[in-house]
Amino acid sequence: MLKAHNLTKRFSGLLAVDDATIDVAEGPITGLIGPNGAGKTTLFAMIAGFLNPNAGTVTFQNEDITSEKPHLRARRGLARTFQIVQPFAGLDVRDNIAVGAFLHTKDPAEARRLATLTAEKVGLGHELDKLASGLTIAGRKRLELARALATQPKLLLLDEVLAGLNPSEIRDVLPIIRQIREEGVTILMIEHIMQAVMNLCDTVYVLSQGKMIASGEPRLVCTDTAVIEAYLGHGAAARIKAEGAAHA
Amino acid sequence: MKKNFEFIAALAFLGVVGIAAIAGLPGNILNLLIFMMIIALTAQGWNVLGGYGGLSSFGHAAFFGTGAYTTTILQTSFGINAWVGLVCGVILGAAVGALIGFLSFRAGLKGSYFALITLAFAEVLRILANSWDFTGGAAGMMVSINNGFAYLQFSDRRWFLLILIGFVAGGLLLTRWLERSAFGAYLIALRENDQAAQALGVDIFKIKIQAITLSAAITALAGCLYVQNFLFIDANVAYGSWISIEALFAAIVGGAGTMLGPLIGSVLLLGLGEITKSFSGGIAGVDLVVFGIILILCVAFAPNGIRGFVADLWYRRKSRGKAM
Amino acid sequence: MYSPTIIFEALMNGLMLGAVYALIALGLTLIYGVLHIVNFAHGALLTVAMYLVWLASDRFGLDPYVAILVVTPMMFAIGYCLQRFIIGPASRGSDNGILLATLGLSIVIQNLLLAGFNSDTRTIATDYAFEIVPLGPLLLSLPRVIGLGVSVVTAVLLWAILNRTDIGKAIRAVAKEKLGASLVGINVAHVYAMTFAIGTACLAIAGGLLMPSFYVSPTTGAAFVLVAFTIVVLGGMGSIPGALIGGLLIGVVEAISSLFLGDSLGQIGIFLIFILVLLVKPTGLFGARA
Repeated sequence: MLKAHNLTKRFSGLLAVDDATIDVAEGPITGLIGPNGAGKTTLFAMIAGFLNPNAGTVTFQNEDITSEKPHLRARRGLARTFQIVQPFAGLDVRDNIAVGAFLHTKDPAEARRLATLTAEKVGLGHELDKLASGLTIAGRKRLELARALATQPKLLLLDEVLAGLNPSEIRDVLPIIRQIREEGVTILMIEHIMQAVMNLCDTVYVLSQGKMIASGEPRLVCTDTAVIEAYLGHGAAARIKAEGAAHA
Repeated sequence: MKKNFEFIAALAFLGVVGIAAIAGLPGNILNLLIFMMIIALTAQGWNVLGGYGGLSSFGHAAFFGTGAYTTTILQTSFGINAWVGLVCGVILGAAVGALIGFLSFRAGLKGSYFALITLAFAEVLRILANSWDFTGGAAGMMVSINNGFAYLQFSDRRWFLLILIGFVAGGLLLTRWLERSAFGAYLIALRENDQAAQALGVDIFKIKIQAITLSAAITALAGCLYVQNFLFIDANVAYGSWISIEALFAAIVGGAGTMLGPLIGSVLLLGLGEITKSFSGGIAGVDLVVFGIILILCVAFAPNGIRGFVADLWYRRKSRGKAM
Repeated sequence: MYSPTIIFEALMNGLMLGAVYALIALGLTLIYGVLHIVNFAHGALLTVAMYLVWLASDRFGLDPYVAILVVTPMMFAIGYCLQRFIIGPASRGSDNGILLATLGLSIVIQNLLLAGFNSDTRTIATDYAFEIVPLGPLLLSLPRVIGLGVSVVTAVLLWAILNRTDIGKAIRAVAKEKLGASLVGINVAHVYAMTFAIGTACLAIAGGLLMPSFYVSPTTGAAFVLVAFTIVVLGGMGSIPGALIGGLLIGVVEAISSLFLGDSLGQIGIFLIFILVLLVKPTGLFGARA
């Protein structure tokens, strides 16, 4: 569904993303993990259209969208959330979500109806009249999710949607994400919380220092030497193995 | 239900003014009200771009003056009917808005830079109007007196006030549509957070242009009506910074991005102006000093204007009541 | 049409006037570079400076250039207080708030001046206002030559303050990284106010330099400030060399376009440059971020 091939992004000397490739198949949930500063959000920004790549292509449903503006990508069905939540502070929850809903309908009543439904889907049904600025971080994350969902996307890019949530809040959000997948939305998610990645993702890509160093099933990827070393440092994989043998 | 309250309150206010006018008011009060409605209309125009769109323009005079000059020139130099002139003024004003918007937004200007460039555009137009013969040069232009509906001039000023009230009510309807429609939602979204808006499919360039065009059209309309009442304009009246400042003052102090804001603001502006004039004994400038101070106080203590301030108090009392 | 001598003279006079413009722009660009605000009250403050110089001359018989020495500390104090106690607190850091607060301030100041002095234009008559300094075949106006000289000295002084004093170091620190500066103990509000004060002090000097050749009325500053904005935008917001070069350029442009288009239409040249720069390269010739 989404082919992001050989994407490179340079910021005056700093190579943030180096020839990275991701293929997102339609249906399964794909994860993008990697240590802090690996370039994950930069990669996302290029896929979503907020940054122009220095090299590489982005293809969505067999159409080249590499230089298309973000709002046009949204109209194609490619929606994203932001790592640092960006609510429309002055509007209430319903109106926030309605902005997304207006993508597919011009009728205000219909948009608000859709907004209400989407809010209920993510568990914000009882806070529709609250101002976005009055929500907790967990609420804002859900609002972020609901807004993107209201655009009826085919592919949803989630940027650390679980960051800042406590374990019970995470536990509550996971089924929502699964439900979104059940309803036919493909998901590509950046995530740090391994529990969620293992739980949700069918495929995982690992980005480290701008380069894609591994990809595949979560369990396999997590035991990959290169991946362990990316997180824990050079020689860590061998050390862990040695300690494991020593304990045995 | 909550949203309709403002609309009804505003209509009620206009209704009261209208009835008072018909019943009979002293001439100077009538003049004041006429001027107030013109400012209210201009502020309503400013509010679309500056309030709902969050793009503060310091040069709305560019649209006001274009409307005024267009209708004056058409009537005086070409003998065209006043109403047709009015429509043309609105269209040309809107076109100027679209042009300024296109240039400014394509360059990605916002915030202070946008305010500066709108100021510059208005000044350029003022200097041009002041130099060209075709706009009367420094002497300005007059519209000849012809009373009658077709000329949009009335010996009985009450008619004019009623027409103005009608236009302001139209502005209210437009604002109401804005607050509910997809266009309005997109405009507010891009004001609040333009990155998030783009991610949701909002074409922010297009929406900004549409907003400035609408804003300019309404302000140009006010300019046309100004001419019909005062029958004289020159470059400083039409394109001078006074109207840019009064429009933005009324909208901001009244409550930017709200329906009642422009009305409250223009009432305050004119009411205060009269009060300070009576106290200051004719020293020029005292009323504007008061306005400036109020603007600063507003920025400091009531960033959402009077209407916002009142709404916040209301909200707080409601939630305090609930907590108990 | 015009002889080369006349054109060259216009050029030179423009250059010298430009130096004074640059001084006005210096204050503006310093304030923007450090506080990141566009000071809409700059013009009104220039007018205040000019009136103060006029008062010093009219009531106390001081020569305008001497008056500069008195007015500069006054304007410094005024600028400090305005930023520390009005603009800073009122705007609470929001961009729109600052925009409107400085606009409000400019309205208040301009109209206080109108109420206090009415709209008559005031001038200072000096013996040397029309004296000429001959430079080869060119005849240059003395006040303008003095203007150039003083502006250059002031610019050097400013450079010295920013690069050789502690407060200058603090100012540069805050300009670069406000949070970091406050974390190492720099009082940001104080630095902001000092910067603003330096900016208004520049206006005092510019005002004194302008008074022998110009008049002052409540709206004089507004006219100059749009020119100042053009310079700052042309040179690059926050760039001091930019303000200097921009000032000289604009002085020349104004002189030449006034020569060929007449005074009122000549002003248009400046605005058109302003608009063009904003549209094409808002960061200006030397500026960093827009």
